[in-house]
Amino acid sequence: MDWRWDFTFEVVLPRLWEAAGITVYATVASFLLALVGGLILMVLKTSRNRIISVPVTEFMELIRATPLLVQIFFLFFVLPEVGITLPPLTTGILAIALYNSTLCAEVYRAGLQAVPAGQWEAARALNLSPLRTFTRIIVPQSLPPIIPALGNYLIAIFKETPLLSFVAVGEIMHASKVIGSEYYRFTEAVTIAGIFFLVMSLVSAQLVRMVENYLNRIILR
Amino acid sequence: MTHRIVALVALIAFLVGLVLATFSEMRIFLPAMLRGAVVTVQVSVLAAVLFVVMSFVAGIAKDSQILVIRWTAIAYIEVFRGTSLLVQLFWLYFVLPEFGIVLSPMAAGVLGVGLNFGAYGAEIVRGALLAVPRGQVEAAIALNLSEWKRLTRIVIPQAIMVMTPGMINLTIELVKATALVSAVTLVDITYAAVQQNQLYYRTMEIFAITVMLYYCIAQFIRIGGSALEDRFTRHLQRRV
Repeated sequence: MDWRWDFTFEVVLPRLWEAAGITVYATVASFLLALVGGLILMVLKTSRNRIISVPVTEFMELIRATPLLVQIFFLFFVLPEVGITLPPLTTGILAIALYNSTLCAEVYRAGLQAVPAGQWEAARALNLSPLRTFTRIIVPQSLPPIIPALGNYLIAIFKETPLLSFVAVGEIMHASKVIGSEYYRFTEAVTIAGIFFLVMSLVSAQLVRMVENYLNRIILR
Repeated sequence: MTHRIVALVALIAFLVGLVLATFSEMRIFLPAMLRGAVVTVQVSVLAAVLFVVMSFVAGIAKDSQILVIRWTAIAYIEVFRGTSLLVQLFWLYFVLPEFGIVLSPMAAGVLGVGLNFGAYGAEIVRGALLAVPRGQVEAAIALNLSEWKRLTRIVIPQAIMVMTPGMINLTIELVKATALVSAVTLVDITYAAVQQNQLYYRTMEIFAITVMLYYCIAQFIRIGGSALEDRFTRHLQRRV
């Protein structure tokens, strides 16, 4: 094994640093889109109208039963055919967001259903309007289980962004592949990409745990 | 039970239909995709075996009394859960030769997927082992069973019931994750689909078939898994 430090500092680190920005951008953008998308899917899925709820449920099943990579390729190749031409990064963000919004929808649903039915009844007995009941009574109580779960999905999305390298988005994995094929040296680039992911995941997992503890303290008080 | 058989028949009918369709004008791209499906199934089966083994080894080792074993298990779990599967596959295939270990694409794919999911499975196994009531272990100690017998005859049989649903879900995730093995030059369903799409531009058909193939594999696992779950919880069901 020969690890070359000069190569690491002069070529690998600057280029991976640039690419890390795209990785973070893709992560944050897909996460925010997934949060909104999950809310929409959750509302549609729990709709009383079966014409809406049944197809949405089946669609979510299909999304969850197929690999994210296939969905990225699907959007990448199919969208141009129907006349929508988007840059690869946008297509990739859309695919990751769609996949994760089906997961977020389940998190929201589970969180809201975990609030005891008695809370609705008590709010009605106190003559609160349905809107007020929802925003002031139900949502605040459902947040503690929802937020840590969403934090875990943020970390999961972060680890899914390397898939974008398959459609030539210049994120960190793609950058290390390019360095590897330019210099025919994969060791430094791939190892540093791995360390980057490891450190970021460990730090963010710790952050999620801290938020979780903080929320639990507020609730128990 | 009947709905399971109906679903199985439907899945098999679909697959037979696909094989028959290789004689129609779809024959230009379908055989390549079915060859890809065979590769996906091969990788999935081998990786699933490694996944189950690693889950048990790391899940048990994480609560070991011996410090070295415990720390090795924790390091394994954190490293493989903390980095992306794609990075791991790349590392196994392109960096490991630097250390003198050259893996075939198949070996790298199986090792990467199996080790990655083993780290996730380890937490499920560990949680299930902890869910076995403490009194069971104490009773086994009181009966003078050896540590090995205590684990294999008392704790694990009770824990398997708890871990089965989680492990089955992870197995489905594992099959989906094998889509990444194209990174190490294996031609699985996904890679075959991309290749055939570049050759013939029949995007809709090719990707619809891809999605259906993965869906079928996932359903097979779900059906097999629920049968397995019934088997493990058989003693809890009331006998008529």
